[in-house]
Amino acid sequence: MAWLDSLSPQTQFVFFTLLKIACVLGPLLTLVAYAVLAERKVSALIQDRVGPNRVNLPLIGSIPVIGPFLTKLGFWHPLVDGVKSFIKEDFTPAHVRKIYFWLAPAIALVPAFLVVAVIPFGSTLGAQKMVIADLNVGILYTFGIVSLGVYGIVLAGYAANSKFPFLGGIRASAQMISYEIAMGMSVIPVFLVVGDLNLGKIIEHQAQNGWNAFPVFGGGFSAQSLLLIPCGVISFVIFFISALAETNRLPFDMAESESELVSGYHTEYSSMKFGMFFIGEYANMFAGAAMMTTLFLGGWTLPFLGLDVPPADGEWFKGLLHIGIFMGKMLAFMFIFMWIRWMLPRFRYDQLMDLGWRRMIPLALANIILTAAVLALTNR
Amino acid sequence: MIVKRNELTWFERLYLPALIGGLKVTTRHFLNTLTTKTPVTQQYPEEPTRVLPGYRGAPYLVRDQDGATKCVSCQLCEFVCPPKAIRITPPGPTGQPADRTNAEKMPEEFEINMLRCIFCGLCQEVCPEEAIFLKSDFSLTGLARSEMIYDKEKLLALGGTHPGIQKWKHKLDEAKEQETFPVKA
Repeated sequence: MAWLDSLSPQTQFVFFTLLKIACVLGPLLTLVAYAVLAERKVSALIQDRVGPNRVNLPLIGSIPVIGPFLTKLGFWHPLVDGVKSFIKEDFTPAHVRKIYFWLAPAIALVPAFLVVAVIPFGSTLGAQKMVIADLNVGILYTFGIVSLGVYGIVLAGYAANSKFPFLGGIRASAQMISYEIAMGMSVIPVFLVVGDLNLGKIIEHQAQNGWNAFPVFGGGFSAQSLLLIPCGVISFVIFFISALAETNRLPFDMAESESELVSGYHTEYSSMKFGMFFIGEYANMFAGAAMMTTLFLGGWTLPFLGLDVPPADGEWFKGLLHIGIFMGKMLAFMFIFMWIRWMLPRFRYDQLMDLGWRRMIPLALANIILTAAVLALTNR
Repeated sequence: MIVKRNELTWFERLYLPALIGGLKVTTRHFLNTLTTKTPVTQQYPEEPTRVLPGYRGAPYLVRDQDGATKCVSCQLCEFVCPPKAIRITPPGPTGQPADRTNAEKMPEEFEINMLRCIFCGLCQEVCPEEAIFLKSDFSLTGLARSEMIYDKEKLLALGGTHPGIQKWKHKLDEAKEQETFPVKA
């Protein structure tokens, strides 16, 4: 690594950042593809079905046990789906507003990936912190970027210039704007407790004082930690529900609602333009799951076996294990997202707004006051 | 009928009972399918599909126990066929005689256009000789339209042999069964 040391610090920084971007984006896109497969398999199992089990590759399929098993698992379906969406005809209907029609998929896709930049997906590997951009205002950046996500959907609804996408776009804008308020308010208690906006610092605090969602282990029991349990639980639940709404997942998939609006905002899209909406949606789910892991479930830490501190010099295995822990927590959230999809029917539009404005926002406000009161009384 | 709608209690309005109920149902189905490995899906091309008795599949001609043609070319099925899928060419005065006793003639050609057939079963119902039956075949494929017009040889080969010459007996039994209620299966 002599040539690396010979570089200037700035060049090293650029080099490592680009490397990290590549190392995050590649696996993320793969995960997105396989999340689609997982979604199909989980829904199949919940509905007593088999799920995708057809695609067989010529050479690997003829390996005795592994080949048929992978086929049965549907392992090659994401590959085939990807190829299919690239070679399908990219049809542009005559009545669309062309510029916005081309712009919307990109605008839907990009914010989902930008959010990942500030999330600490591991502790350290060597001297490098496992986060692409270690921003001091990480969470503010996240909320700023997440709000952009709605523009892709609204633009798609407007650009398609037909009724169902338009309705989908309207619903999406109202829903996402409402739930963003509840989402933003639900994390304020976390910052009151932690006292920092840097996501890395939030994880450090959780390693010492217990996870924000359920702050018991870690610092041990004290009056403050016991009183903070309800605050943590409430803000976690509100954040989770808002995350479902922000990612347009059932029971909040008003923007798509297949049974009412054909497929909502992306009705007029085909081929890879539709694929980009699809990738964006799943990347958003991953971003939401990563945010929840970081803010409430202690990120890459586990409160035992000494896994809650960054690895010492040369402990490469521990660093990789931290990334694995983060991935495990994130994938657990992904599974819960898929599970909930088959558990709850879609909310009616007015029920959705009622839940957002008249339940979540007052509850989140009350929770801020409660947390502030607890912190003031226990006098940290 | 007026359905009484009870006011929801505050606990129910928390969505929690519904949420827990849903959790239970989906978890049960997920684990059952994962462990017992008996999903309801039929792997159709690999596993043959079960067809229940009484299913109306493709109409085929049948032979009697001696392997003779049962059809006497009366053309009732041709006349009753709603989509006009059946075309019968009678032998005419100089044609080939029937290959069985108790029959004057048999069709020179008997064609069913499976693309026109609507599988209604009227031909089977109208046939006085019990010579045509709707079998259980439902997946008929061909590479050309001409392939989908089944001729006499093909229909007889696919139909197979029908046990026993029991002309009118089944019709009588069926008529008697219609008199009583409930109708026997």
